Amino acid sequence: MEAIIFYILAAVAVVGALLLVSLRNPLSGAFALVSALVSLAGIFALLNAEFVFILQVLVYAGAIMVLIIFTIMLLNLNKEELREAPVSPIRLVVTIGLCAACAFGVMKAFGNIPYLQGEIAEGFGSIESVGALMLSDFLYPFEVISLVLLVAVVGVVLLAKKAI
Amino acid sequence: MGAITIQHYLALSAILFFIGVFGVLFRRNLIVIMMSIELMLNAVNLTFVAFARYTGTMDGHVIAFFVMALAAAEAGIGLAILVMLFRNRTTVQADDLTLMRD
Repeated sequence: MEAIIFYILAAVAVVGALLLVSLRNPLSGAFALVSALVSLAGIFALLNAEFVFILQVLVYAGAIMVLIIFTIMLLNLNKEELREAPVSPIRLVVTIGLCAACAFGVMKAFGNIPYLQGEIAEGFGSIESVGALMLSDFLYPFEVISLVLLVAVVGVVLLAKKAI
Repeated sequence: MGAITIQHYLALSAILFFIGVFGVLFRRNLIVIMMSIELMLNAVNLTFVAFARYTGTMDGHVIAFFVMALAAAEAGIGLAILVMLFRNRTTVQADDLTLMRD
């Protein structure tokens, strides 16, 4: 059963990713990316990562993608602005070959990882246990992340203002 | 269809990551390039969560949370830069932005 769900979700994620890089219109690409992100959320649920699953749906498929789609719609690009310079087939083949070779090499290297049993404790990945870990062992990184987000907010406000 | 091992998850993550790399290298639309970067960050998250599941520790979940926070910051700043760029140059094509080159 796990295998069937995994293969369905993985297929949706890969097809969504391929559509993202191949569709001309960024809005269609954004919706393809949303489907890929949602199926990735399902894969996180399959991995017993309840907390990451909720965050993936809320933050990624929710907040970040809404931000991107809003920006695409606000820019209101016409056909002329969406045209991409024609690419030579050599460049296409070289890029695909490079990426495929790298992906194959990485997968080959992953094959050397010894078999891991995957025993998990009770409450693994729940909001409570991840939150406890985040506020004990990872307290300083957590504070630094809040600082990063504050700087990002200030930076965005400065950038988006018409004149400083 | 045998049992799903960590290799399956890592293979999926490698495929998604390199599709994202392809998008960054090949596409010229800045919005699509940004979305490809988001896809790559998600593939890395999948690796963290898969290792967390198969080693039985939850550190990977916390790091995945940090990656998501950074991705949110990146998306916000990137889109603000994009809007600024479009306001000043009326283009979102990387090929048209050659001010630093020539």
